[in-house]
Amino acid sequence: MSTVRVLAGTRKGAFILTSDGKRKDWRVSGPHFAGWEIYHLKGSPVDPNRLYASQCSGWFGQVIQRSDDGGATWAPVGNKFTYDGVPGTHQWYDGTPHPWEFKRVWHLEPSVGDPDTVYAGVEDAALFRSTDGGANWEELSGLRRHDTGPHWQPGAGGMCLHTILLDPANAQRMYIAISAAGAFRSDDGGASWKPINKGLVSNFMPDPTAEVGHCVHHVAMHPARPDVLFMQKHWDVMRSDDAGESWQEVSGNLPTDFGFVIDVHAHEPETLYVVPIKSDSEHYPPEGKLRVYRSRTGGHEWEPLTKGLPQSDCYVNVLRDAMAVDRLEECGVYFGTTGGQVYASADAGDHWKPIVRDLPAVLSVEVQTLP
Amino acid sequence: MIRVILPYHLRTLAQVGSEVALEAPQPVTVRTVLDALETRYPVLRGTIRDHQTLERRAFLRFFACEEDWSHESMDAPLPEAVAAGREPLLIIGAIAGG
Repeated sequence: MSTVRVLAGTRKGAFILTSDGKRKDWRVSGPHFAGWEIYHLKGSPVDPNRLYASQCSGWFGQVIQRSDDGGATWAPVGNKFTYDGVPGTHQWYDGTPHPWEFKRVWHLEPSVGDPDTVYAGVEDAALFRSTDGGANWEELSGLRRHDTGPHWQPGAGGMCLHTILLDPANAQRMYIAISAAGAFRSDDGGASWKPINKGLVSNFMPDPTAEVGHCVHHVAMHPARPDVLFMQKHWDVMRSDDAGESWQEVSGNLPTDFGFVIDVHAHEPETLYVVPIKSDSEHYPPEGKLRVYRSRTGGHEWEPLTKGLPQSDCYVNVLRDAMAVDRLEECGVYFGTTGGQVYASADAGDHWKPIVRDLPAVLSVEVQTLP
Repeated sequence: MIRVILPYHLRTLAQVGSEVALEAPQPVTVRTVLDALETRYPVLRGTIRDHQTLERRAFLRFFACEEDWSHESMDAPLPEAVAAGREPLLIIGAIAGG
Protein backbone atom coordinates (compact mmCIF):
# COMPACT_ATOMS: atom_id res chain seq x y z
CA MET A 1 0.00 0.00 0.00
CA SER A 2 1.20 3.54 -0.69
CA THR A 3 2.57 5.78 2.00
CA VAL A 4 1.98 9.47 2.41
CA ARG A 5 4.62 11.71 3.90
CA VAL A 6 3.66 15.25 4.93
CA LEU A 7 6.52 17.71 5.37
CA ALA A 8 5.60 20.60 7.65
CA GLY A 9 7.85 23.59 8.16
CA THR A 10 7.08 25.63 11.27
CA ARG A 11 8.34 28.61 13.24
CA LYS A 12 10.21 26.28 15.57
CA GLY A 13 11.31 23.30 13.54
CA ALA A 14 10.32 20.76 10.90
CA PHE A 15 7.89 17.89 11.38
CA ILE A 16 7.39 14.83 9.22
CA LEU A 17 4.01 13.12 9.38
CA THR A 18 3.55 9.71 7.80
CA SER A 19 0.59 7.45 7.19
CA ASP A 20 -0.44 4.60 4.97
CA GLY A 21 -2.80 5.07 2.07
CA LYS A 22 -5.82 5.10 4.35
CA ARG A 23 -4.56 8.32 5.87
CA LYS A 24 -6.26 7.66 9.19
CA ASP A 25 -3.39 7.06 11.58
CA TRP A 26 -0.39 9.36 11.51
CA ARG A 27 3.06 9.13 13.00
CA VAL A 28 4.73 12.41 13.88
CA SER A 29 8.50 12.81 13.69
CA GLY A 30 10.13 15.97 14.98
CA PRO A 31 10.90 18.62 15.75
CA HIS A 32 13.84 18.47 13.40
CA PHE A 33 16.13 21.52 13.73
CA ALA A 34 14.28 22.43 16.91
CA GLY A 35 13.98 26.10 17.61
CA TRP A 36 14.84 27.21 14.07
CA GLU A 37 12.40 28.62 11.55
CA ILE A 38 11.82 26.12 8.77
CA TYR A 39 10.32 28.10 5.95
CA HIS A 40 10.04 25.18 3.58
CA LEU A 41 11.07 21.61 2.95
CA LYS A 42 10.42 19.55 -0.13
CA GLY A 43 11.34 16.21 -1.67
CA SER A 44 12.74 15.42 -5.07
CA PRO A 45 10.15 14.02 -7.49
CA VAL A 46 12.73 11.60 -8.91
CA ASP A 47 14.23 10.48 -5.60
CA PRO A 48 11.63 10.87 -2.85
CA ASN A 49 14.20 10.12 -0.15
CA ARG A 50 16.13 13.22 -1.16
CA LEU A 51 14.71 16.12 0.85
CA TYR A 52 15.84 19.71 1.13
CA ALA A 53 14.99 22.06 4.00
CA SER A 54 15.42 25.78 4.51
CA GLN A 55 16.44 26.41 8.11
CA CYS A 56 16.93 29.97 9.28
CA SER A 57 17.11 32.23 12.26
CA GLY A 58 17.30 35.95 12.90
CA TRP A 59 20.41 35.28 14.96
CA PHE A 60 22.33 32.78 12.86
CA GLY A 61 21.10 33.36 9.31
CA GLN A 62 20.48 30.69 6.70
CA VAL A 63 21.26 26.98 6.75
CA ILE A 64 20.22 24.47 4.10
CA GLN A 65 19.72 20.89 5.21
CA ARG A 66 19.59 17.79 3.03
CA SER A 67 18.36 14.31 3.76
CA ASP A 68 19.07 11.26 1.63
CA ASP A 69 16.89 8.90 3.63
CA GLY A 70 13.47 10.50 3.65
CA GLY A 71 14.10 12.72 6.64
CA ALA A 72 15.48 10.14 9.07
CA THR A 73 18.85 11.88 9.08
CA TRP A 74 19.96 15.28 7.82
CA ALA A 75 23.20 17.04 7.00
CA PRO A 76 23.82 20.73 6.43
CA VAL A 77 24.93 21.64 2.92
CA GLY A 78 25.86 25.00 1.38
CA ASN A 79 24.43 28.20 2.80
CA LYS A 80 26.28 30.78 0.74
CA PHE A 81 23.81 32.80 -1.30
CA THR A 82 25.73 35.58 -2.99
CA TYR A 83 24.07 37.82 -5.53
CA ASP A 84 25.72 37.86 -8.91
CA GLY A 85 27.85 41.00 -9.30
CA VAL A 86 26.91 44.27 -7.65
CA PRO A 87 23.27 43.73 -6.76
CA GLY A 88 22.12 47.35 -6.94
CA THR A 89 18.88 48.55 -5.41
CA HIS A 90 15.17 47.88 -5.36
CA GLN A 91 12.53 50.16 -3.87
CA TRP A 92 11.98 50.27 -0.14
CA TYR A 93 8.52 50.57 1.40
CA ASP A 94 8.67 54.36 1.10
CA GLY A 95 9.79 54.27 -2.52
CA THR A 96 13.44 55.10 -1.83
CA PRO A 97 16.21 52.92 -3.31
CA HIS A 98 17.31 50.12 -1.00
CA PRO A 99 20.21 47.73 -1.56
CA TRP A 100 19.47 44.10 -2.29
CA GLU A 101 20.28 42.09 0.87
CA PHE A 102 19.98 38.34 1.23
CA LYS A 103 17.79 37.41 4.20
CA ARG A 104 16.45 33.87 3.86
CA VAL A 105 15.28 31.10 1.57
CA TRP A 106 11.49 30.97 1.34
CA HIS A 107 11.03 28.10 -1.07
CA LEU A 108 13.06 25.14 -2.32
CA GLU A 109 12.00 23.48 -5.56
CA PRO A 110 13.81 20.28 -6.50
CA SER A 111 14.23 19.65 -10.22
CA VAL A 112 11.78 17.31 -11.91
CA GLY A 113 14.62 15.33 -13.48
CA ASP A 114 17.71 15.44 -11.28
CA PRO A 115 17.76 15.02 -7.49
CA ASP A 116 20.99 17.03 -7.23
CA THR A 117 19.45 20.07 -8.91
CA VAL A 118 17.32 22.32 -6.74
CA TYR A 119 16.10 25.90 -7.02
CA ALA A 120 15.84 28.34 -4.14
CA GLY A 121 13.59 31.37 -4.01
CA VAL A 122 15.02 33.93 -1.61
CA GLU A 123 14.38 37.25 0.11
CA ASP A 124 15.41 39.84 -1.15
CA ALA A 125 13.87 38.43 -4.27
CA ALA A 126 16.17 36.33 -6.40
CA LEU A 127 16.39 32.81 -7.78
CA PHE A 128 19.33 30.53 -7.03
CA ARG A 129 20.15 27.06 -8.33
CA SER A 130 22.35 24.27 -7.04
CA THR A 131 23.37 21.37 -9.28
CA ASP A 132 25.38 19.52 -6.64
CA GLY A 133 22.78 18.64 -4.06
CA GLY A 134 22.83 22.00 -2.32
CA ALA A 135 26.56 22.28 -1.74
CA ASN A 136 26.96 25.36 -3.95
CA TRP A 137 24.43 27.95 -5.07
CA GLU A 138 24.52 30.18 -8.12
CA GLU A 139 22.13 33.01 -8.79
CA LEU A 140 20.11 32.95 -12.00
CA SER A 141 20.55 36.68 -12.12
CA GLY A 142 18.61 37.36 -15.29
CA LEU A 143 15.55 37.59 -13.09
CA ARG A 144 16.84 40.14 -10.60
CA ARG A 145 18.54 42.04 -13.41
CA HIS A 146 15.27 42.43 -15.29
CA ASP A 147 14.69 46.05 -16.31
CA THR A 148 11.91 46.31 -13.75
CA GLY A 149 14.05 45.08 -10.82
CA PRO A 150 14.87 48.53 -9.46
CA HIS A 151 11.10 49.15 -9.16
CA TRP A 152 10.24 46.03 -7.17
CA GLN A 153 9.00 46.66 -3.63
CA PRO A 154 8.63 44.36 -0.62
CA GLY A 155 5.26 43.16 0.54
CA ALA A 156 4.41 43.17 4.23
CA GLY A 157 6.30 39.90 4.69
CA GLY A 158 9.42 41.10 2.89
CA MET A 159 10.44 41.02 -0.77
CA CYS A 160 10.31 37.29 -1.13
CA LEU A 161 10.44 34.96 -4.10
CA HIS A 162 7.98 32.40 -2.77
CA THR A 163 6.72 30.40 -5.73
CA ILE A 164 8.72 28.31 -8.20
CA LEU A 165 6.86 26.18 -10.74
CA LEU A 166 8.80 23.93 -13.12
CA ASP A 167 7.12 22.79 -16.32
CA PRO A 168 7.49 19.00 -16.27
CA ALA A 169 7.17 18.80 -20.06
CA ASN A 170 9.56 21.59 -20.94
CA ALA A 171 12.80 21.91 -19.00
CA GLN A 172 13.30 25.41 -20.37
CA ARG A 173 10.10 26.80 -18.91
CA MET A 174 9.59 27.90 -15.33
CA TYR A 175 7.43 30.35 -13.46
CA ILE A 176 8.19 32.28 -10.31
CA ALA A 177 6.29 34.81 -8.21
CA ILE A 178 7.49 37.60 -5.98
CA SER A 179 5.69 39.60 -3.35
CA ALA A 180 5.25 42.38 -4.36
CA ALA A 181 6.63 42.37 -7.88
CA GLY A 182 4.35 39.82 -9.53
CA ALA A 183 4.74 36.70 -11.63
CA PHE A 184 7.48 36.04 -14.17
CA ARG A 185 8.17 33.32 -16.74
CA SER A 186 11.36 32.02 -18.24
CA ASP A 187 11.45 30.06 -21.51
CA ASP A 188 15.19 29.54 -21.55
CA GLY A 189 15.91 27.66 -18.36
CA GLY A 190 16.03 30.73 -16.14
CA ALA A 191 18.45 32.85 -18.15
CA SER A 192 15.91 35.54 -19.04
CA TRP A 193 12.50 36.42 -17.65
CA LYS A 194 9.32 38.11 -18.67
CA PRO A 195 6.74 39.69 -16.35
CA ILE A 196 3.39 37.90 -16.81
CA ASN A 197 0.94 40.16 -15.02
CA LYS A 198 -1.49 41.33 -17.72
CA GLY A 199 -4.98 41.24 -16.32
CA LEU A 200 -3.96 41.68 -12.72
CA VAL A 201 -5.50 44.70 -11.03
CA SER A 202 -4.06 45.95 -7.74
CA ASN A 203 -5.91 49.01 -6.56
CA PHE A 204 -3.29 49.87 -3.95
CA MET A 205 -0.84 50.72 -6.73
CA PRO A 206 -0.59 54.15 -8.39
CA ASP A 207 -1.15 52.34 -11.70
CA PRO A 208 -3.38 49.37 -10.78
CA THR A 209 -2.52 47.51 -14.00
CA ALA A 210 1.23 48.19 -14.04
CA GLU A 211 3.58 45.61 -15.52
CA VAL A 212 5.07 44.86 -12.07
CA GLY A 213 4.28 45.64 -8.45
CA HIS A 214 1.47 43.16 -7.86
CA CYS A 215 1.40 41.35 -4.56
CA VAL A 216 1.04 37.79 -5.78
CA HIS A 217 0.62 35.44 -2.83
CA HIS A 218 0.86 32.07 -4.54
CA VAL A 219 0.56 30.39 -7.94
CA ALA A 220 -0.43 26.77 -8.62
CA MET A 221 -0.27 24.58 -11.69
CA HIS A 222 -1.45 21.08 -12.53
CA PRO A 223 1.54 19.19 -13.93
CA ALA A 224 -0.52 17.79 -16.82
CA ARG A 225 -1.49 21.29 -17.95
CA PRO A 226 1.52 23.51 -17.42
CA ASP A 227 0.04 26.35 -19.48
CA VAL A 228 -2.86 26.77 -17.06
CA LEU A 229 -2.01 28.72 -13.92
CA PHE A 230 -4.07 29.64 -10.88
CA MET A 231 -3.14 32.55 -8.65
CA GLN A 232 -4.15 33.76 -5.22
CA LYS A 233 -3.28 37.41 -5.30
CA HIS A 234 -3.34 39.79 -2.32
CA TRP A 235 -6.94 40.30 -3.36
CA ASP A 236 -8.47 38.29 -6.24
CA VAL A 237 -8.22 34.70 -7.36
CA MET A 238 -6.97 34.62 -10.95
CA ARG A 239 -6.56 32.17 -13.78
CA SER A 240 -4.42 32.08 -16.91
CA ASP A 241 -4.89 29.67 -19.81
CA ASP A 242 -1.94 30.90 -21.83
CA ALA A 243 1.10 30.42 -19.60
CA GLY A 244 0.57 33.71 -17.87
CA GLU A 245 0.23 35.90 -20.98
CA SER A 246 -3.14 37.06 -19.65
CA TRP A 247 -5.14 36.57 -16.49
CA GLN A 248 -8.85 36.57 -15.69
CA GLU A 249 -10.44 36.90 -12.30
CA VAL A 250 -12.26 33.76 -11.11
CA SER A 251 -13.08 34.82 -7.55
CA GLY A 252 -16.79 34.31 -8.27
CA ASN A 253 -18.86 33.69 -5.16
CA LEU A 254 -16.01 33.47 -2.63
CA PRO A 255 -16.91 35.23 0.63
CA THR A 256 -13.65 37.16 0.31
CA ASP A 257 -11.03 36.85 -2.39
CA PHE A 258 -8.15 37.69 -0.07
CA GLY A 259 -6.02 34.73 0.94
CA PHE A 260 -2.66 33.09 0.61
CA VAL A 261 -2.87 29.46 -0.51
CA ILE A 262 -4.18 27.97 -3.72
CA ASP A 263 -3.78 24.44 -5.04
CA VAL A 264 -5.09 22.08 -7.69
CA HIS A 265 -6.57 18.57 -7.29
CA ALA A 266 -4.07 15.88 -8.30
CA HIS A 267 -6.33 14.28 -10.91
CA GLU A 268 -8.87 16.96 -11.78
CA PRO A 269 -7.10 19.96 -13.29
CA GLU A 270 -10.22 22.12 -12.99
CA THR A 271 -10.69 21.44 -9.28
CA LEU A 272 -9.13 24.16 -7.14
CA TYR A 273 -8.78 24.87 -3.44
CA VAL A 274 -8.37 28.18 -1.60
CA VAL A 275 -8.78 29.27 2.01
CA PRO A 276 -10.44 32.71 2.05
CA ILE A 277 -9.06 35.10 4.65
CA LYS A 278 -11.06 38.09 5.79
CA SER A 279 -8.77 40.89 4.64
CA ASP A 280 -5.25 42.24 4.51
CA SER A 281 -5.96 43.96 7.81
CA GLU A 282 -7.46 40.92 9.51
CA HIS A 283 -5.51 37.79 8.66
CA TYR A 284 -8.06 35.23 9.80
CA PRO A 285 -11.06 33.44 8.35
CA PRO A 286 -14.29 35.40 7.97
CA GLU A 287 -16.73 34.97 10.88
CA GLY A 288 -14.21 32.82 12.74
CA LYS A 289 -15.12 29.86 10.49
CA LEU A 290 -12.26 27.96 8.90
CA ARG A 291 -13.49 27.03 5.45
CA VAL A 292 -11.70 25.62 2.47
CA TYR A 293 -13.44 26.61 -0.76
CA ARG A 294 -13.40 24.22 -3.68
CA SER A 295 -14.21 24.98 -7.28
CA ARG A 296 -14.82 22.10 -9.66
CA THR A 297 -15.13 24.45 -12.59
CA GLY A 298 -11.70 26.06 -12.64
CA GLY A 299 -12.95 29.03 -10.67
CA HIS A 300 -16.03 31.31 -10.59
CA GLU A 301 -18.21 28.80 -8.71
CA TRP A 302 -17.00 27.83 -5.26
CA GLU A 303 -18.40 25.63 -2.50
CA PRO A 304 -17.43 25.83 1.17
CA LEU A 305 -15.91 22.70 2.71
CA THR A 306 -16.48 22.70 6.45
CA LYS A 307 -16.90 19.15 7.74
CA GLY A 308 -14.32 18.60 10.43
CA LEU A 309 -13.06 22.19 10.38
CA PRO A 310 -13.76 24.59 13.27
CA GLN A 311 -16.84 26.67 12.51
CA SER A 312 -16.64 29.06 15.42
CA ASP A 313 -13.98 31.10 17.18
CA CYS A 314 -11.25 30.18 14.73
CA TYR A 315 -8.79 32.98 14.04
CA VAL A 316 -5.80 31.28 12.47
CA ASN A 317 -4.17 32.08 9.16
CA VAL A 318 -3.07 29.71 6.41
CA LEU A 319 0.19 30.94 4.88
CA ARG A 320 1.05 30.84 1.21
CA ASP A 321 3.09 27.64 1.04
CA ALA A 322 0.99 25.74 3.57
CA MET A 323 -1.31 23.71 1.30
CA ALA A 324 -0.55 20.61 -0.75
CA VAL A 325 -2.22 17.57 -2.31
CA ASP A 326 -1.24 13.93 -2.47
CA ARG A 327 -1.51 11.79 -5.59
CA LEU A 328 -3.47 8.84 -4.29
CA GLU A 329 -6.48 7.69 -6.27
CA GLU A 330 -8.79 9.63 -4.00
CA CYS A 331 -6.87 12.87 -3.79
CA GLY A 332 -5.84 13.97 -0.31
CA VAL A 333 -5.67 17.67 0.52
CA TYR A 334 -3.59 19.10 3.37
CA PHE A 335 -3.05 22.50 4.91
CA GLY A 336 -1.36 23.93 7.97
CA THR A 337 -2.35 26.89 10.11
CA THR A 338 -0.61 29.52 12.16
CA GLY A 339 -2.33 27.87 15.14
CA GLY A 340 -0.22 24.75 14.64
CA GLN A 341 -2.81 22.43 13.17
CA VAL A 342 -2.25 20.38 10.04
CA TYR A 343 -5.60 19.40 8.58
CA ALA A 344 -6.03 16.59 6.09
CA SER A 345 -8.83 15.40 3.91
CA ALA A 346 -8.61 11.93 2.37
CA ASP A 347 -11.61 12.57 0.11
CA ALA A 348 -10.71 15.64 -1.91
CA GLY A 349 -11.96 18.05 0.73
CA ASP A 350 -15.34 16.60 1.69
CA HIS A 351 -14.22 15.69 5.21
CA TRP A 352 -11.33 17.04 7.27
CA LYS A 353 -9.53 16.18 10.44
CA PRO A 354 -6.46 17.54 12.17
CA ILE A 355 -3.63 15.04 11.84
CA VAL A 356 -1.63 17.03 14.36
CA ARG A 357 -2.93 20.04 16.21
CA ASP A 358 -0.41 21.68 18.51
CA LEU A 359 2.66 22.37 16.41
CA PRO A 360 4.31 25.78 16.27
CA ALA A 361 2.85 28.09 13.61
CA VAL A 362 2.95 26.22 10.31
CA LEU A 363 4.84 28.00 7.52
CA SER A 364 4.70 25.36 4.82
CA VAL A 365 3.19 22.00 3.96
CA GLU A 366 4.36 19.63 1.24
CA VAL A 367 3.20 16.09 0.57
CA GLN A 368 4.97 13.10 -0.92
CA THR A 369 3.06 10.09 -2.20
CA LEU A 370 5.35 7.09 -1.90
CA PRO A 371 4.84 3.70 -3.55
CA MET B 1 44.51 26.09 22.99
CA ILE B 2 41.83 28.75 22.64
CA ARG B 3 38.49 27.99 24.29
CA VAL B 4 35.28 29.12 22.61
CA ILE B 5 31.79 28.86 24.04
CA LEU B 6 29.05 28.72 21.44
CA PRO B 7 25.34 29.51 21.78
CA TYR B 8 23.01 26.52 21.99
CA HIS B 9 21.79 26.51 18.39
CA LEU B 10 25.32 26.62 16.99
CA ARG B 11 26.37 23.77 19.26
CA THR B 12 23.60 21.61 17.85
CA LEU B 13 24.40 22.70 14.30
CA ALA B 14 28.11 21.89 14.69
CA GLN B 15 27.36 18.87 16.88
CA VAL B 16 29.73 19.96 19.64
CA GLY B 17 29.50 20.47 23.37
CA SER B 18 29.22 23.81 25.09
CA GLU B 19 32.92 24.55 24.66
CA VAL B 20 35.34 23.86 21.83
CA ALA B 21 39.12 24.07 21.93
CA LEU B 22 41.03 25.43 18.95
CA GLU B 23 44.52 26.23 17.83
CA ALA B 24 44.80 29.82 16.62
CA PRO B 25 47.85 31.73 15.47
CA GLN B 26 49.27 34.62 17.51
CA PRO B 27 48.20 37.28 18.05
CA VAL B 28 44.86 35.81 19.04
CA THR B 29 42.03 38.02 17.80
CA VAL B 30 38.33 37.55 17.18
CA ARG B 31 39.14 37.14 13.51
CA THR B 32 41.79 34.46 13.98
CA VAL B 33 39.55 32.57 16.40
CA LEU B 34 36.60 32.69 13.99
CA ASP B 35 38.86 31.65 11.11
CA ALA B 36 40.02 28.64 13.12
CA LEU B 37 36.49 27.85 14.25
CA GLU B 38 35.08 27.94 10.72
CA THR B 39 37.96 25.90 9.35
CA ARG B 40 37.30 23.17 11.88
CA TYR B 41 33.50 23.43 11.63
CA PRO B 42 32.65 24.64 8.12
CA VAL B 43 28.93 24.40 8.90
CA LEU B 44 29.36 27.52 11.04
CA ARG B 45 30.36 29.64 8.06
CA GLY B 46 27.76 32.34 7.59
CA THR B 47 26.14 31.78 10.98
CA ILE B 48 28.38 34.03 13.11
CA ARG B 49 29.58 36.49 10.49
CA ASP B 50 28.32 37.31 7.05
CA HIS B 51 29.74 35.15 4.26
CA GLN B 52 30.81 38.08 2.14
CA THR B 53 31.48 41.03 4.41
CA LEU B 54 32.76 38.86 7.30
CA GLU B 55 30.94 41.29 9.61
CA ARG B 56 29.45 39.99 12.87
CA ARG B 57 25.80 39.08 12.53
CA ALA B 58 23.69 41.72 14.20
CA PHE B 59 22.18 39.58 16.97
CA LEU B 60 25.44 38.00 18.10
CA ARG B 61 27.93 39.41 20.61
CA PHE B 62 31.48 38.52 21.58
CA PHE B 63 32.53 38.57 25.24
CA ALA B 64 35.92 37.90 26.81
CA CYS B 65 37.00 38.31 30.43
CA GLU B 66 33.63 39.90 31.25
CA GLU B 67 34.07 42.57 28.59
CA ASP B 68 32.05 43.14 25.45
CA TRP B 69 34.31 42.85 22.40
CA SER B 70 31.51 43.08 19.88
CA HIS B 71 32.37 46.56 18.73
CA GLU B 72 36.13 46.26 18.93
CA SER B 73 38.15 45.68 15.81
CA MET B 74 38.13 42.01 14.86
CA ASP B 75 41.91 42.34 14.58
CA ALA B 76 42.43 43.66 18.11
CA PRO B 77 44.41 41.20 20.26
CA LEU B 78 42.16 39.47 22.78
CA PRO B 79 43.17 39.45 26.47
CA GLU B 80 46.17 37.33 27.38
CA ALA B 81 43.94 35.07 29.50
CA VAL B 82 41.97 34.14 26.36
CA ALA B 83 45.11 33.67 24.27
CA ALA B 84 46.51 31.42 27.00
CA GLY B 85 43.32 29.39 27.24
CA ARG B 86 42.54 30.31 30.84
CA GLU B 87 39.39 32.19 29.82
CA PRO B 88 37.04 31.41 26.93
CA LEU B 89 35.79 33.64 24.15
CA LEU B 90 32.01 33.66 24.47
CA ILE B 91 29.78 33.96 21.42
CA ILE B 92 26.36 34.91 22.68
CA GLY B 93 23.01 35.27 20.97
CA ALA B 94 21.14 38.44 21.88
CA ILE B 95 18.23 37.90 24.25
CA ALA B 96 15.53 38.94 21.82
CA GLY B 97 12.55 37.51 20.03
CA GLY B 98 10.40 34.59 21.08
